[in-house]
Amino acid sequence: MRCHRLLAIMRKETLQIRRDLPSLLITVAMPLLLMLAFGYGVRFDVQHIPVYVYDREGSQQSQDFLKHFQASEYFSVIKAVDSYPALIDALDAGACRLAIVIPTDFSERLNTGGSVGIQALVDATDNNTANISLSYSESIVQAYNQRLRLDWVQRHGQDVMPPPLRIDTRTWFNENLESTANIVPGVVAIIMAVIGSFLTSLTIAREWERGTMEQLVSTPVTPIELMVGKLVPYFAIGLIDTMLCAGLAIWWFEVPFRGQWGVFVLSCTLFLLVVLALGYAVSVVAKSQLAASQAALIATFLPAFLLSGFLYPIDQMPSVIRIITHVIPARYFMSVIRDVFLKGSPLVYLLDDLLALAVFATLLTLLATRAFHKTLA
Amino acid sequence: MLGRLRGMLIKEFIQVFRDKRTRTLLFAPPIIQMLIFGYAATLEVHHIPTAVLDYDHSQVSRDLVSRFTASPYFDVRAYLNDRQQIRDWIDRGEITVALQINAGFAQDLGKGQTARLQVIVDSSNSNTALIAVGYINQIAARFAQEFQHAHLLRTSLFAPSQIPSIVLERRPLYNVNFDSQWFFVPGVIGNLVLVMVVSLTAFAVVREREIGTLEQIMVTPIGRMEFILGKTVPFFLIGLLDTTLVSLVGTLWFDVPFRGSIGVLAIGAVLFILCMLGIGLFISTISRTQQQAMVSGFFFNMPAIMFSGFGTPISSMPDWMQTLTYLNPLRYFLEVLRGIYLKGVGLDVLWPQMVAMSLLSVVMLAISVTRFQKSLD
Repeated sequence: MRCHRLLAIMRKETLQIRRDLPSLLITVAMPLLLMLAFGYGVRFDVQHIPVYVYDREGSQQSQDFLKHFQASEYFSVIKAVDSYPALIDALDAGACRLAIVIPTDFSERLNTGGSVGIQALVDATDNNTANISLSYSESIVQAYNQRLRLDWVQRHGQDVMPPPLRIDTRTWFNENLESTANIVPGVVAIIMAVIGSFLTSLTIAREWERGTMEQLVSTPVTPIELMVGKLVPYFAIGLIDTMLCAGLAIWWFEVPFRGQWGVFVLSCTLFLLVVLALGYAVSVVAKSQLAASQAALIATFLPAFLLSGFLYPIDQMPSVIRIITHVIPARYFMSVIRDVFLKGSPLVYLLDDLLALAVFATLLTLLATRAFHKTLA
Repeated sequence: MLGRLRGMLIKEFIQVFRDKRTRTLLFAPPIIQMLIFGYAATLEVHHIPTAVLDYDHSQVSRDLVSRFTASPYFDVRAYLNDRQQIRDWIDRGEITVALQINAGFAQDLGKGQTARLQVIVDSSNSNTALIAVGYINQIAARFAQEFQHAHLLRTSLFAPSQIPSIVLERRPLYNVNFDSQWFFVPGVIGNLVLVMVVSLTAFAVVREREIGTLEQIMVTPIGRMEFILGKTVPFFLIGLLDTTLVSLVGTLWFDVPFRGSIGVLAIGAVLFILCMLGIGLFISTISRTQQQAMVSGFFFNMPAIMFSGFGTPISSMPDWMQTLTYLNPLRYFLEVLRGIYLKGVGLDVLWPQMVAMSLLSVVMLAISVTRFQKSLD
């Protein structure tokens, strides 16, 4: 590898990028767009679930009980109706996701002692939200029961017994259980995957399409120099984009960054190498801009989105799919970047994942150069 | 006029089905996406990796722990000896939940004092953490209640069943088993139709422009409206075909129920496809090359999918974002799809969505057809 030839290729590539304004704009606009779309669009926090109530008793006690739903930030009680069909209509139309029905003998049963059932009709179309809203309703009911029990025991002249069990829950790393803290660092990984492979696949395929690749090959430049020279400028762009996204994550979305910057940069570098090499390999094989960019998107975006554990936890997937995720590089980076952001994990805990990324980077680079040699032969 | 339109249509159909890439694009992505989403996209939480640190070693503490080992939601992987180990195991990502029972747990309970259970949750994945905390609270509440009842039985004159309490009766509707597939499959249908119709339409027009055949067509007696119709009708039909295909996969392979009427689905699909044709045409007017069309398509598709309620509830988004979703045709189509599939509702409930999609399709088609006619000049 000769230094001056390498520099010449790099210079040529940088000039080309600078002159191609639309592509350059994309490199800035795409990360911003994705960051905002995911940061604001993907939230699992369940708040203000629309609730209808049907209080068949209408007593002071039933109203008192329902106040606890009103007071909760997880629910917003929109309307009280006076028939079942009205509830079902509201659930059908999606006007509410949860409906609470209080029976006619609510306060009577509570006063005489014994249990009384209240119905929680939940729209389970979105099973996750439904599950969480039932869990919140359950805790409201539990708290209310505790008070009922105390009152009753007192009224019957018994010693008031403190609640037997208290749970101290410590949530580590993401104290307020905000889904942005989990999702936004993941978006950084997605953006790197998309930008890295998309950009490289475009530019190399363009050389093939326009026939300038043949010209390059007929110069003394060796394939390795060509690859390195072409990838270095994109590597720089990728790194700038990553920092831009990390900055947005930290200052705009206020995600805590607890790790070391050195570890962060190291892992980003490895992952960028992986996606750039992948984009390079794809474009060498595809040879047309359109096919290359489509293939790159399919090879990076979809797996990074669906199979990396970004939104859907890997350990909940069926075993066949779990095995497949081991060959998705984004999977390893996703876990590293989250650990670096939220857990502040030191390097030793991340070695396995980083090693996997290094292996992918080496393999893909070898694959890309081999494919290049072959296409020339 | 009809003869010319027929000629144009025949040419388009031949073009679509002759190109191998387009042919693959028609059938491969729908099926791959359907399978991945169907199997990988789950937010259900089972087998949460859990560790136990029991300093008390009493029968009561073992009883509490056994409730976790018996639960399908928790998977007790380790019994630890000291607190430092919790830190290690969580840092290494081996466990998500740690339960710590301090010495004196049984004693406190026996004396009628409040015993404490410490729970440490790795909340870097907020959704899993939230659901885990919900399950822990349920198990602990049942434990506390049973303990209290046993205590009352021993010490007082009345039966614990006399103590008033409220029982939350869960009545899930539409998706009784909280099955993620039932939630995602109708959504994927909407996504696929969006991606296919937008990108096919945009590509078809831009390709003619890129390879110069657009000019050739313009010098033939074919009028502009005939050209637009000729370009859109095939993709309209392909969109309908795709809807049918993925709907069949959804019902036959994933056993998602289809409870509504096919007629209503057809109306919704037609209106939605019209909107997407408008978008596709619009993209074709702002793109010179297929490359640009692809990037523009990505810029439209991503936010459209993110802000549709496809994966996460719209009610959790910031308010201004919720307002913007009213401009998103996919939002309405998803409501229609889920309404028909899971809720089995008809036009009497879904008419607002239909009206919204009609309005959006008229506006979008009007804008893009005007722009398109100008771009032909």
